[in-house]
Amino acid sequence: MSVFTLTRREFIKTNAVAAAAVTAGMSVPGAVMAQARGGDGVRWDKGVCRYCGTGCGVLVGTKDGKVVATQGDPDAPVNKGLNCVKGYFLAKIMYGQDRLTKPLLRMKDGKFDKNGEFAPISWDAAFDIMAEKVKATMKEPTQGPYGVAMFGSGQWTVWEGYAAVKLMKAGFRSNSIDPNARHCMASAVAGFMRTFGIDEPMGCYDDAEHADVFALWGANMAEMHPILWSRITNRRLTANHVKIHVLSTFSHRSCELADNELIFKPQSDLAILNYICNYIIQNKAVNQEFVKKNVGFFQGVTDIGYGLRPNHPLEQVAGNNGYPGADGKPKGDPNKHTPITFDDFAKFVSEYTLDKAHEISGVPKDKLEALAKAYADPKVKVTSYWTMGFNQHTRGTWVNNMIYNVHLLTGKISEPGNSPFSLTGQPSACGTAREVGTFSHRLPADMVVMNPKHREFTEKAWKLPAGTIPPTPGYHAVLQSRMLKDGKIGFYWTSTTNNMQAGPNVNGEIYPGWRNPKAFVVVSDVYPTVSAMSADLILPCAMWMEKEGMFGNAERRGQMWRQQVKAPGESRSDLWQYMEFSKRFKVEDVWPADLLAKAPELKGKTLYEVLYANGQVNKFPKEEAAKVNAHAWAGYTNDESEAFGFYVQKGLFEEYAGFGRGHAHDLAPFDTYHKVRGLRWPVVDGKETLWRFREGYDSYVKKGEGVRFYGYPDGKAKIFALPYQPAAEMPDKDFDLWLCTGRVLEHWHSGSMTRRVPELYKAFPDAVVWMHPKDAEKRGLKRNDVVKVSTRRGEIELRVDTKGRNKMPEGLIFVPFFDEHRLVNKLTLDATCPISKETDFKKCAAKVVKV
Amino acid sequence: MTTVTQSKAPVGNTARRQFIADTSRMACGVGLLGLGLGLYARHATALPPAAIRPPGALPEDRFSSACIRCGMCVRDCPYDILHLARPEEPMSTGTPYFIARQAPCEMCEDIPCVKACPTTALDHSLKEINKAKMGLAVVVDHETCLNFLGLRCDICYRVCPVIDKAITLDPQTNVRTGRHTLFIPVVHSEHCTGCGKCEKACPTEVAAIKVFPLYMAKGQLSSHYRLGWVEKEKAGGSLVAPEIEHRYNMPEGMKYEHGKGLSVVPPGEAAAPGAVPPAPTFKALQGNKL
Amino acid sequence: MSSVPLKPGAEAVAGKGWLLAHKWLILRRSSQVGILLLFLVGPWFGLWIVKGNLNYSYTLGVLPLTDPYLLLQSLLTFKLPETLALVGAAIIILFYLLVGGRSYCAWTCPVNLVTDISSALRRRFGLKGGAHLSRSTRFWMLGMTLVVSLLTGTIAWEMFNPVSMLHRGLIFGMGFAWMVIVAVFLFDLFVMRSGWCGHLCPVGAFYSLIGRVSVLRVQLPGRAACNDCMDCFAVCPEPQVIRPALKAINGAPALIFDAQCTNCGRCIDVCSKDVFAFGPRFTIPVSAQSIVGGTAQAVPK
Repeated sequence: MSVFTLTRREFIKTNAVAAAAVTAGMSVPGAVMAQARGGDGVRWDKGVCRYCGTGCGVLVGTKDGKVVATQGDPDAPVNKGLNCVKGYFLAKIMYGQDRLTKPLLRMKDGKFDKNGEFAPISWDAAFDIMAEKVKATMKEPTQGPYGVAMFGSGQWTVWEGYAAVKLMKAGFRSNSIDPNARHCMASAVAGFMRTFGIDEPMGCYDDAEHADVFALWGANMAEMHPILWSRITNRRLTANHVKIHVLSTFSHRSCELADNELIFKPQSDLAILNYICNYIIQNKAVNQEFVKKNVGFFQGVTDIGYGLRPNHPLEQVAGNNGYPGADGKPKGDPNKHTPITFDDFAKFVSEYTLDKAHEISGVPKDKLEALAKAYADPKVKVTSYWTMGFNQHTRGTWVNNMIYNVHLLTGKISEPGNSPFSLTGQPSACGTAREVGTFSHRLPADMVVMNPKHREFTEKAWKLPAGTIPPTPGYHAVLQSRMLKDGKIGFYWTSTTNNMQAGPNVNGEIYPGWRNPKAFVVVSDVYPTVSAMSADLILPCAMWMEKEGMFGNAERRGQMWRQQVKAPGESRSDLWQYMEFSKRFKVEDVWPADLLAKAPELKGKTLYEVLYANGQVNKFPKEEAAKVNAHAWAGYTNDESEAFGFYVQKGLFEEYAGFGRGHAHDLAPFDTYHKVRGLRWPVVDGKETLWRFREGYDSYVKKGEGVRFYGYPDGKAKIFALPYQPAAEMPDKDFDLWLCTGRVLEHWHSGSMTRRVPELYKAFPDAVVWMHPKDAEKRGLKRNDVVKVSTRRGEIELRVDTKGRNKMPEGLIFVPFFDEHRLVNKLTLDATCPISKETDFKKCAAKVVKV
Repeated sequence: MTTVTQSKAPVGNTARRQFIADTSRMACGVGLLGLGLGLYARHATALPPAAIRPPGALPEDRFSSACIRCGMCVRDCPYDILHLARPEEPMSTGTPYFIARQAPCEMCEDIPCVKACPTTALDHSLKEINKAKMGLAVVVDHETCLNFLGLRCDICYRVCPVIDKAITLDPQTNVRTGRHTLFIPVVHSEHCTGCGKCEKACPTEVAAIKVFPLYMAKGQLSSHYRLGWVEKEKAGGSLVAPEIEHRYNMPEGMKYEHGKGLSVVPPGEAAAPGAVPPAPTFKALQGNKL
Repeated sequence: MSSVPLKPGAEAVAGKGWLLAHKWLILRRSSQVGILLLFLVGPWFGLWIVKGNLNYSYTLGVLPLTDPYLLLQSLLTFKLPETLALVGAAIIILFYLLVGGRSYCAWTCPVNLVTDISSALRRRFGLKGGAHLSRSTRFWMLGMTLVVSLLTGTIAWEMFNPVSMLHRGLIFGMGFAWMVIVAVFLFDLFVMRSGWCGHLCPVGAFYSLIGRVSVLRVQLPGRAACNDCMDCFAVCPEPQVIRPALKAINGAPALIFDAQCTNCGRCIDVCSKDVFAFGPRFTIPVSAQSIVGGTAQAVPK
């Protein structure tokens, strides 16, 4: 009878495995499926693409300790074996000629000198000077613990981000840790949190197969999310009724497929969204039942400023920017909002008539109306996608709120095909930067440092005394640059990001900040990026398949991979760097005596022992690695587990997963992820959740509740009455053009990986400035002329393009930011959304002159 | 062998000088001629796009030196489709070729042309005509190919001796009409022999499908990338451990299959097994969370 | 050479009769035309005796024949042919080792028909003089074609070779090949006597290498009878080959050893004194031997 003790599910599973194994000519026990199945000596194992937030599954082929080939994973549900051309070249990204392999310190006469030349040093020596600088910064009255700052990444693996948060927020007691996702996702996060009280999209990629209408708001998916775009294109081509609306400030590749192309004036998306709400209300298309049950209405404060430095005239007049006023108290709260009624809201948006929306946006009326109609029609399922056009916006939080307004008014949300969907640009902007809580105000699982209950929960989970985590948000990305320049940050550590190229206003803030003698800047990276070259100490990193990792993509899908190869030379993973560095500090070095008094058992211990060897993280012996991965790889291990003697990744993951389980962020057990092509959280009782907040699809919604936005205690989402407001800087007679920045398909972000792939470099070698032919003609320019593009902050030289993939309207120019030889972020303005603190990289005033 | 000039040459300084001068002149003259000939020969090894070599022909650079221009293949071709290149034609004079649009290769099973070849110019290891790689058919003009336009032609497909392997029809939606299918002819290089039947048969004024020498028509993927679905098929299953079972939160009447997506449970099909577990209690951590 | 008789061979015709005075010429033309016809009856009448062309041919499905010069060029591009082609080349080399290397030029090569017409016209119209080139030029040409093959990896000479071009043209279609042939014809007619075959052609040069050791030779059993009529010099395409043997220069035997002799036999035809005859290289005619080592030699006036 013992045979029949197998459950039906296990039985099916076992048979499936056996069948697969038989076809492949292997025996099941101890099957080493990841290894050498092709016969050419190449070992294949599953992985995730290194670039964007789509999260395409790949298979990685390793031979003789080198990744020699990749393929799209045919079993990955996201991409089913496909990749974009960047993914085609994944096998080459780790093997650029100039990989960093040794720590490099600026030195003169054998000693650190901020103005010295880079010279190789040992890891020991590197950690020595880093520890010295951290301790000095903490003691320095003008700096203190918050002067120890870290700038991380949405390209960190989950455990790297988690280890960094612990080191910073608990170890150094500094909330001055922020990810580069601040430049990319922060407005989406703030939008989610304000509207729903819980982060991340309710829908998933499967919406693409169920929507009748797609609306792209500031998302050029054709170039930036090529694989997802092919899914949308397929939907458009195979279902005749499907329509696509593309909203943008210029015409790009996604417009090719558009049934309705709406080219609007920068910033006027705010007016269009209010018009759509007005249209819905005027045409009695409000889903009354849904709204009554699931939505509350709020009026937000409006004079919130532009996230500029407090002495900027625009901030002087802002009454609710939260900056210290003349009395030293904060001037209001940009996030403040008060309840109103539906009628108040209706009245508020009623001024956004078709005429007014047309006047502000410049979009033809019939196009505006067609869009509004699509949202209003109760029979039409609408999925809205957006990325940086919304998020990089001085009203980024608002505009995120306002797209939800539209979906909430009509009830078109949280069901297949009806989905407001915020796309991500980095492979783990969701999985790491957001979920792990690497923002300066956040903790894991959507918690925040300002909330005493959240701090308490976290301190308990980390087995730390109450009061370990400081209660005030640390310096966010843009503030970090300013604080560096102002001498308030003494130790700055960035990793897996390239802020000297990707951050705003490089000339005005970032470069002077990094080179400020009061700051010691450490850059952990794999290649000598412009950031690395601007640092004082460079630490060589392991990347991608050189470490075990987990990324979380835009549809809440967590995906893991095993370490495939060794990192070159002395390169080490970020995880190793944080954990090893933590050994340099005794609690006494970094914690005040009164805090330590609350936990005398921690006395004399190192941060490593307190944070990582805490009985939880080191729970799983290193042999566990072989056990967990035995189904794929006999005797598997990874460098960190070897170095620290326990299965570091599993320990960190399981401690971290404890935050989300039961809090609607449930992750599956660690071992499961190594066996699947990703799971979409919350994973409750082993089941993935595809659509949140809706009964049946989301187990957190009880039977009979229908829809419940459980992020707020009353189960209701918020609709916000927010106005159209102009941008922080607009074209004038001196600088007469809008400058917009962004990406191209061929290069990923600052190009540190893709520009090292010769074929991709060749495909798009140098950044150009796209402009309208008439704008060019007016300035006496021909295509390919070298021009100087300048703003009030700087200038760069590059060539003009009036043709090709992007078609500019008159008065707007576009420059991609991948080219380290043409740093467009010397020109950009560091104005941010005052709520999300995300920079508006899409709008500032520029001029173009012939060189 | 002494020549007249040399045998007559008197011994002495003047004679030696004369001899050196004569030799140099000769070397220079003939050398120049050789240079011209060499350049001409190099140019002429570029096979023009319309000329297709007989089955088994070596790659062009090797073919034009292995072929001794005897015309044996021409003689033994039962369909007389082969020609020997004439001096005015832009390829190696005297080498064999055929023009698909005039007369394509009939793909004789015994491949007499190869058998007749006294050299390796036509590879004698080619025993199966279906393995021949004379060239590769390419649908060169999507604008005039009738099938691309949505018309139903597919002559190339049906005339193909390796039908359903060398040419297949890929059904795609006709977006314009919204209710028809475009049967897009797709050539598969693995099976296309380059016989040229399709080009010969293409009914448009100028053929929309053409056979080109392989070097012109065939691209190549880089070795650092494999096609996942191809590798999977080759290996007979996932290269990496098969997926464990996925389960999803689904309302009644709906099902979701890994890799397939969401669908309605057809009436009659049993509902998802197992009782629905009670909803987990959401331990609120709400409050000032932004 | 001094005065050349206007109608060489007139004496021989008078002495032996027209037929005997043209015996070898007629045989030679028959051979040239016959070989061509053998190749042509296939395409013309579907009577497949010989397939291919002078580069390689296959007779009655048993006899392969390959041009060894062409094969050598191909080998220099590092290509090994099939066995039949190697066998064919061996047969050709053996054959011409027997019948004389450059008998290829006289008895097989179609270009010879063209250049012979040039020569005849030159004689008829008394065209004289023209450019001067050393007869050794052909060896430079031969070397050049081999070097170019080696360097470019192509059988370069086949791009221009009038021999294979004419033959292939006649059998497979001429195209613009006729222009090359006309060029050779005009060159020989107006620019240079025996310009192509006697000075430039690397094919002939190659076969002359075989000719250095080939068996069949023109002997001079009657050289003592020579009356210095100069008719042989007039008709010989390589007249420099006659003199040493005829005049026993430096005690040369009565046998034309010079490899450039094409064994055309025309000297035999036109000689009224029957000085010349075909014979193997190993037997030096008795009557002539008596003269060897003799004293006074008749020297052309």
